Amino acid sequence: MSAVDAGRAGPRATSVGRLEPAALAGVMSRDVSIFGRYWKATTFSSIVQPTIYLLAFGLGIRAFIPQIAGVSYVAYVSTGVVATAVLFSSAFPGMFNTFVRWQFQRTYDAMLAAPVDVEELITAEVLWVSIRAGVYGVAPLIVGFFFGLEPEWGMLLVPLIGFVTGFGFCSFGVAIAAVAKTIDNFNYVTSAVLTPMFLVAGTFFPVETLPDGVRQVAYINPLYHCVELIRNACFAELGPADLGHAAVLIAFALLMWRLAVSQLGKRLID
Amino acid sequence: MSGAATQDPQGEISTAPAAIALRGVHKRFGEILAVDGLDLEVPNGVCFGLLGPNGAGKSTTMRMLTAQALADEGSIEVLGYELPRESKQARLEMGVVPQLDNLDVELTCRQILTVFARLYRVPRGARDEAVERALQIANLRPRADTIVRELSGGMRRRLLVARGLIHRPRLVLLDEPTVGLDPQIRQELWSLIDGLRADGVTVLMSTHYIEEAERLADTVAVMSAGKVIAEGTPAELVAGHAGERVLEVYGPPARLAEVSSLAAERGWESRRSGPAVAILRAESLDGEAPEGVLRPANLEDAFVALTGEEIE
Repeated sequence: MSAVDAGRAGPRATSVGRLEPAALAGVMSRDVSIFGRYWKATTFSSIVQPTIYLLAFGLGIRAFIPQIAGVSYVAYVSTGVVATAVLFSSAFPGMFNTFVRWQFQRTYDAMLAAPVDVEELITAEVLWVSIRAGVYGVAPLIVGFFFGLEPEWGMLLVPLIGFVTGFGFCSFGVAIAAVAKTIDNFNYVTSAVLTPMFLVAGTFFPVETLPDGVRQVAYINPLYHCVELIRNACFAELGPADLGHAAVLIAFALLMWRLAVSQLGKRLID
Repeated sequence: MSGAATQDPQGEISTAPAAIALRGVHKRFGEILAVDGLDLEVPNGVCFGLLGPNGAGKSTTMRMLTAQALADEGSIEVLGYELPRESKQARLEMGVVPQLDNLDVELTCRQILTVFARLYRVPRGARDEAVERALQIANLRPRADTIVRELSGGMRRRLLVARGLIHRPRLVLLDEPTVGLDPQIRQELWSLIDGLRADGVTVLMSTHYIEEAERLADTVAVMSAGKVIAEGTPAELVAGHAGERVLEVYGPPARLAEVSSLAAERGWESRRSGPAVAILRAESLDGEAPEGVLRPANLEDAFVALTGEEIE
């Protein structure tokens, strides 16, 4: 060691492992810095969007359907919109942010030259998006209060449900971004996967009214389990079935996470 | 560990492991063999230039050193760590300045440097100071809170360099550090790189600019078609592959063609050099030489003699 090296902090004192908190925090600190630039837009849209849904569906259809599945239509829709908000605020960043940062801005290339590995990079990005999705997922409920939704203690579980669901859908988006050839490819996923997914999940109408075949599809839709869990939490109806819903969401999240890491990992490292 | 005897800046002979050691490295991308049996050893404390035409495999080599590309064959050691197994530890102790600008355009200089200070595990208490120091290195203090999108090309390049130096690395990889920059900005970066070497930092720099290698590098390895074809100090390479002097013969195209065929006939090494034919090793032409202008041989002559490729 030369005299110059002696002046530096002993590098070998810091040892690196797998999924290090320091690496996750480093990657997320970048997301936080960027969020500082656009949080107003995010907050605005997360309030305005459910407001419009509630005005359109709630006030428009309320006259014809005062009650649905035992609750007011406003209560039904505002809880359903929580799930759609979580879906879109996680799947879209998963697809678009990943693609843009990887292919256009080359941010991921820059970070992978630092002591951060692919698993940490992707996990941190997904964690950040799902935390945000969980927090902003509460917005439709807050809007719902102004339309007559009754506050419940169980609603405090909503950010957690949103987080787990968001983790799965963001990871799904990352895996899609990894295999997409161009950014236009996302249109296929948005129209053929996400749109039916958000409608056939009991968001705006109960899946029980659907024909047999379609109803089976709804049961394998993770968003359906998210909607069920959110409703049961918000209407104080949590029961043993909800353990099943939670298990589906956790399994979906873990599966998609591993898929995202393996798919994008293959493409980030030559 | 490789145990090459190297001379550190203090003049002591040490047997410290080389900063970088590659042995028999191959890397294939589909049909293309980008790196083809590369052997390379970069001693500690030197500025090492990897010179080669575009497509010689320099950037692939750089990416393999951070394990962002994995070798198909061969072994790679960086700072004594075996890649790719210990690559994260190696990356912790080295800095990387990429060829392509991959700065976050939405962030300010300070924000980018702070993010990378965290990624490089600079302890919380030392982070602000590290950021200030990096801003100072990049001469960007007055622009610390400017968004990257609003910076000039030269400022962005300096910020890229500062980002790679935030944690005071022992080894810095510079991939084509001045490609596409104005001569004035290039000069600024050269003094920055020279300052690193003076600080005892090992620098591996890939470049296809002869002048850059000639000015900065203690040792130059010439790469062509994925392997090193010659290595030495710039002076050794020039003496060994282009001789002492070069004779440049000017004239109309017909005259140049005549001189070229004369050179081929006599077995003189020659090449077209813009509007002239350059004959290498002019010191040994003994009186039969055509009329022309004598000049000292330079690294470009050696490079062209070695790779057979003209460069800008």
